[in-house]
Amino acid sequence: MGRTKFIVGGVLILAAVVYLIFTATKANAEYFMTVDELKAKGASIVSQDVRISGAVVGDTIQYDANTLTLTFDIAQVPGDQKEVDAEGGLAAVLHAAVIDPNRTRLQVTYNGPEPDLLKNEAQAILTGHLDSNGVFHADELLLKCPTKYQSAVPNQVGG
Amino acid sequence: MVADFGYGVITVAFVVALYSVGAAIYGERTKSARWVESARRAMLLLWPLITLSAASLIYLLITNHFEVSFVYEVTSREMPTYLKITAWWGGQAGSLVFWSWLMSAFASLVTLRKWDRDREFLPWVIVVTSITTAFFLGLVVFYENPFAYYWSGPDHNLIVDALGNPIISMFAPAAGASIYIPQDGNGLNPLLRHPGMIIHPPMLYLGFVSFVIPFAFAIAALITGRTDDRWIRITRRWTLWAWLFLSCGLVLGSRWAYDVLGWGGFWGWDPVEIAALMPWLTGTAFLHSVMIQEKRGLLKQWNMLLIILTYSLVIFGTFLTRSGVLSSVHAFAQSAIGPVFFVFIGVTFITSVALLIYRWPDLRGETEMKSMLSREALFLLNNLFFISVLVVCFWGVVFPLISQLFTGQTVTVGPPFYQTAVAPLFAALMLLMGVAPLSAWGHSSLRTLGRAVWKSAVAALVVTAILFFTYTNNPIALTGFFLVALVLLVTFQEFWRAASARMRAQHENVFSALWRLVGRDRRRYGGYVIHISMMLMAIGILGINLFQVQTQGTVPVNDSLSLSGYTVKYDSVAQFPGPDGRQVTRAVVSVYQGNNYLGDLYPRIDYYPSDQQNMTIPGERSTLKDDLYIILVDWQPTAANGATFKIFVNPLVNWLWIGAIIFLFGIIIAAWPEREAEAVRARARRVPQADRKQPGVAD
Repeated sequence: MGRTKFIVGGVLILAAVVYLIFTATKANAEYFMTVDELKAKGASIVSQDVRISGAVVGDTIQYDANTLTLTFDIAQVPGDQKEVDAEGGLAAVLHAAVIDPNRTRLQVTYNGPEPDLLKNEAQAILTGHLDSNGVFHADELLLKCPTKYQSAVPNQVGG
Repeated sequence: MVADFGYGVITVAFVVALYSVGAAIYGERTKSARWVESARRAMLLLWPLITLSAASLIYLLITNHFEVSFVYEVTSREMPTYLKITAWWGGQAGSLVFWSWLMSAFASLVTLRKWDRDREFLPWVIVVTSITTAFFLGLVVFYENPFAYYWSGPDHNLIVDALGNPIISMFAPAAGASIYIPQDGNGLNPLLRHPGMIIHPPMLYLGFVSFVIPFAFAIAALITGRTDDRWIRITRRWTLWAWLFLSCGLVLGSRWAYDVLGWGGFWGWDPVEIAALMPWLTGTAFLHSVMIQEKRGLLKQWNMLLIILTYSLVIFGTFLTRSGVLSSVHAFAQSAIGPVFFVFIGVTFITSVALLIYRWPDLRGETEMKSMLSREALFLLNNLFFISVLVVCFWGVVFPLISQLFTGQTVTVGPPFYQTAVAPLFAALMLLMGVAPLSAWGHSSLRTLGRAVWKSAVAALVVTAILFFTYTNNPIALTGFFLVALVLLVTFQEFWRAASARMRAQHENVFSALWRLVGRDRRRYGGYVIHISMMLMAIGILGINLFQVQTQGTVPVNDSLSLSGYTVKYDSVAQFPGPDGRQVTRAVVSVYQGNNYLGDLYPRIDYYPSDQQNMTIPGERSTLKDDLYIILVDWQPTAANGATFKIFVNPLVNWLWIGAIIFLFGIIIAAWPEREAEAVRARARRVPQADRKQPGVAD
């Protein structure tokens, strides 16, 4: 009798927690895609909240301080870890994505202060939605600069 | 040369660690005290050896030996010496050395204690700590060597692999190769050059490493079958210090994010943050539930499971916080050491759980839990909620992988997921914090509990009603503030009840009564202080999450922005060179409340030309009511239209930091050494004779 009480109580709590996690996941899940995957979805994904990963193209960064409007392009980087490894690691992949003019690019706009880490060849993870003109409106920017592209080791002293 | 020496010594340390594992097992199996003693001495040798190796590494760091790849990556000539030293734990390879250094120090401290009463634990404690040390040393020796060089071929060019990455190794990769010496290093990311960021990782690591000690004793208890609560008593203080350091690490990290990252918040539910939070959650649950085992002889299996989980999460957390690969969900395996970590975690976890299952029958409770409202039942409930928070966190981290596996589409969850899922669980924990101290061990009924709590509950309702009419009508905030008030009132009432009893009985004044009271039961009253601090932190968290307001705009000189009663006037801006090569752009703004001048603030942007990196440092004005937090977003010397600011008002957030300081104070009270003998007597009085088992004789 004593035991049943505890088991029933435990099961109820467990059910409540599972329900909590389930509803929270359902309400807040966002697709995580590469630029190519987003473009492939096209109109079907417009105005739905998604997460996008890509490489920041430094030349395209523009900031209008009056309106705090930031725009820049991100270039397609593969989402699959095996592909990234095959191309020599994240830093090399980001570098290659930015210098390759044939990569798919996505225009991004964001309203707010310009993040410190926004620079050429940074990895950007953006949360937001695509509008019908194909511009991505980011609500949140997450930026990461991989350790510098390593073939940039400077010259040797002496010789 | 120094690098070769450092590498040589750490390789020797690795071998010594393996020897001590082997000698301890052999000595235990053959009942040879000499072999166990040899294992103990080998383990004591680890700390001096790793210290030598670490000293070599520090020497290389401060003397600009950029031919060593690790030194090149984390330091540069312009960095001041103290930053070069702290760069030791600024990169992955160095921080693995740092980890093993701490681990060996703690292991040595443990083996230096008096072992007369616990002889049988010794070999197994050596085995567990030495395996852990050996794992990290092995990573250093075979995978992430901080001493490895760059090499150049006969043509004096850097030797690179097929993908263009430089080859780094200890020994010449080809005949005729010579060491390649870059002119200057990469330097530490400027964002990390902050005092909070310099002591944050060591604190976190101290916390991580200290949790290995209770785990080692738990495993020793499982293997030897001495499954009474001796292992818990020996390691109680270690657990508390581990918890203190881990909490310190979390707080410092939050403060760093608030001061440096310039987004007006302190916690972003980033996977790296979650990785540090997870062992804290299981550790906190463990701290609570060991009390049940000590007082009532219950939850023994559960405690074992919690410490095993904590250990696995510590190793997992070390990996996640250091490999720096987490902003992408695909990145778990990005670092070369990822798979090795997962194998180690898997093997240690499965072995530990197998041992636990083997000893399961011995770990049955000495009594049964009867009443659902008894103290022990409420503690169990508290544990379930902590574990639920853990499950939420874990789910959030692995959900992308799971969705990828089952649907082929990666789906992630962001901060809103954690907030919605965790908030009710924390509310439940707060309710328990208010009720549990009033419930009795063994048996409590709704009636007795209600009688104890109703006064505080009514008073808390009154507080909530006042807040409703004067401050906010947000239902979440009001629920939160009600719970905060309830816990604070109950806790103060507990202090008052016990202190006034002392005052009457011992004729003491209120201060000496409180002092003696706390001194007599440090764990209990230290715990209450921690509860109070948690509530202050809750006020801050509710404030910044629910009431934060912000504005932004570009204003010419002498013009102003207004927000929530504050007026911020832009006075001037200046550009000048700062320390370690940075270019500082500093604005001066004056802050008014109505017509009342409050002072000047100096939001600034520091630009590091060598890294092409900005660092935005907000101007902050902190009061108990709110923080005014001003970010200089943009200023161009050529533009005539002024400067751009973003302003946050973060209500009540200062209570978070005040709470954090009181929190540390509370842990110190609880962890302060007291004589062990007293604790043993206390238990002997409580537990009836029949329930006590002679260690080792029971089966």
